[in-house]
Amino acid sequence: MNFKTETDEKGTIIRLCEERLDANNSEEFKKLLNLAFEKGAGNVIVDMKDVRFIDSSGLGALVSGFKNASTRHGTLKVAAIHGQVRSMFELTRLHRAFDIYPSAEEALETLYAEKEER
Amino acid sequence: MRKKRRDDIELEMTLPNQTCYLKLIGRIGEEMASGLGISNGNGEELANSLSMVLTEAASNVIRHANEADPEKKIRIKIRITPDELIVKVFDEGIGFNLDEVPEPEFEPERLSERGRGLFIIRSLMDSVSYIKNREGNVLVMRKKLKHV
Repeated sequence: MNFKTETDEKGTIIRLCEERLDANNSEEFKKLLNLAFEKGAGNVIVDMKDVRFIDSSGLGALVSGFKNASTRHGTLKVAAIHGQVRSMFELTRLHRAFDIYPSAEEALETLYAEKEER
Repeated sequence: MRKKRRDDIELEMTLPNQTCYLKLIGRIGEEMASGLGISNGNGEELANSLSMVLTEAASNVIRHANEADPEKKIRIKIRITPDELIVKVFDEGIGFNLDEVPEPEFEPERLSERGRGLFIIRSLMDSVSYIKNREGNVLVMRKKLKHV
């Protein structure tokens, strides 16, 4: 699976460089996501700008990360979902559960804003 | 079952039971739907739907029904008639009862990692049935079409 990870003091951005997130790479993605939390990342942002197709196993991997974040009192934010990916979030109602942002940078900004409010 | 007509398009493929072929399976469905002048309101939407149901159904067979056994095969039939899209995905497993598959949880506090595949297929197609027989099992998915 192709990806880039950027660590900021407020959170970790995982930029997926894959066109598809399906049963062929979702298990690897799930491990990557959960490893970020295990390594101590409180907040993880998944940048899905390059992803144009997601299936139920890809959504399942994100749910795994979402639950892991909740257990650790952290957050999992999803950024730049479009087209078929957005349709799948809406069809499975996951858009109600996840914090979705237009871009990873905007998701990161909210983490800074949340910190300042406290 | 009605007779095959001259304008019907039928594609049958047999692939190794491996998830690395999901991309190819999805792409074939997408190309078929987008290149045929079919419009269910939105041609791109139908191409995405076909790609999605093929990926979901094939993924279920590869990982669960065929138990990720690379020696097994996955067989798929796609038929497009002037008014209907019919997708059949065959498996070599013990089969399951379609009526016993529950809907996924939607509440954020009760989300599960699994259980969305069949829900997605049912949402995107008009009818879904699963037939068990001696030669193997088949998931049959149908959708009404409007040609432009």
